[in-house]
Amino acid sequence: MYYVATRETGSALARFVKQRVSNRLDAKLEDRDPDYLREALPLLWLLSTFYFRAEVRDLGNVPADRPVLLVGNHSGGNVIVDTFIFSLAFSTYFGVERPFHQLAHNLAIAWPFAGEMLRKAGTLSASHEHAERALAAGAPVLVYPGGDWETHRPSWEGSKIDFAGRKGFIRLALDAGVPIVPVVSIGGQETALFLSRGAGLAKALRLDKLLRLKVLPISLALPWGLNVGDFAGHIPLPAKITIEVLPPIDLEREFGPDPDVDEVYAHVTAQMQEALDGLAAERRFPVIG
Amino acid sequence: MRINESIRVAAPPETVWHYLEDPENYLHFMSGMTRWEVAGEKPNGLGARYRVLLRVGAAEVGGLVEMVEWHEPFDIAWHSVTGVDQRGRWRIRAHGETQSRVEFRFAYGVIGGGIAGLVTEVAAALPVRRQMRRTLRQLKRQVEHEQRRLEAELRRASRAGSRS
Repeated sequence: MYYVATRETGSALARFVKQRVSNRLDAKLEDRDPDYLREALPLLWLLSTFYFRAEVRDLGNVPADRPVLLVGNHSGGNVIVDTFIFSLAFSTYFGVERPFHQLAHNLAIAWPFAGEMLRKAGTLSASHEHAERALAAGAPVLVYPGGDWETHRPSWEGSKIDFAGRKGFIRLALDAGVPIVPVVSIGGQETALFLSRGAGLAKALRLDKLLRLKVLPISLALPWGLNVGDFAGHIPLPAKITIEVLPPIDLEREFGPDPDVDEVYAHVTAQMQEALDGLAAERRFPVIG
Repeated sequence: MRINESIRVAAPPETVWHYLEDPENYLHFMSGMTRWEVAGEKPNGLGARYRVLLRVGAAEVGGLVEMVEWHEPFDIAWHSVTGVDQRGRWRIRAHGETQSRVEFRFAYGVIGGGIAGLVTEVAAALPVRRQMRRTLRQLKRQVEHEQRRLEAELRRASRAGSRS
């Protein structure tokens, strides 16, 4: 009797949590709040300017009058400093009045407090449908094809583009008929000492099945010291962040009416790697830049 | 936050005005300015709009501004329409018979940013002031060069007149 009651309570609780999480994941475009963004810009500017000595180059490569798919390399573990810096730069360059959305992992969106802030900043849970809706509404959308795989790569691979063969962004750009604008950044992987993705550990714990997590990263980070999972984030080291926006790639014009996805993938990643190599060559010291 | 800087220019207000009314000159003398382009059909005058961007720290800050005062040859003032809240003014006054005093006033505000907003306003003031000073020095150089060119033209014309 006690066992049945406990089991029923447990499954009701699970249903409740699942419902709450799925409600939260259903991010709507109209959740974005330009006034919230305007009020958040000063703090972002202070951190970007004085703590990260950030530099964002060639934002003029983002077409001002049409939706585009911004494709970035993901860095910094779960504390994605370069995303915040890019959002600041985009919002001050084009004004908070211009809609702009980013896709993020479901777990980030589902968090009670941070998720709310992300939604107000225009972040949508990562799905093809959400991105299509945003592009159809005329907004630029920032995606990180490498996702958790790339953002948790070891620090010594900080200047390597690693999308793990994920090509969904190309289909997304083709379906929406928008150009791809690559965005490369460096410095994020120096905000902590990332040691390993912990892919084997994640698989052994079935995190890929339960939480769509293919990694269980291990790093040395403030204030934890040894940081497994990075679920609570970390205090980033003041690494210099440099971001460069590359010229738009019009897929149909450059690859014909029926572009080959593998060819486009090779082209985009090669362009990004070349630009990232250039940024890496400018750096003299880790963290200091 | 409101910042005022001024400079004395060895040219009459009309010459300074002539230089400042042309939007194509702005990228030549405005320090840190990465964009000053006409938005709309009116190139200058009351109601003309420009898309402007100024590099301040980690960001290029700006938006759409509109000219709200245009009193030749004394005052040009603008307000932001979109983007970061800002107001700017060129105030040109005669100083003696052959010189002008040019004042550049720039005010910006961070609405609703709380303590971070206040700190940002103060922290941004230093680089903004530095850029305004450099802007005025560059304006002085350009306008005085223009004035010397005009005077040389007059001398040439007068020499040509006396020869004939």
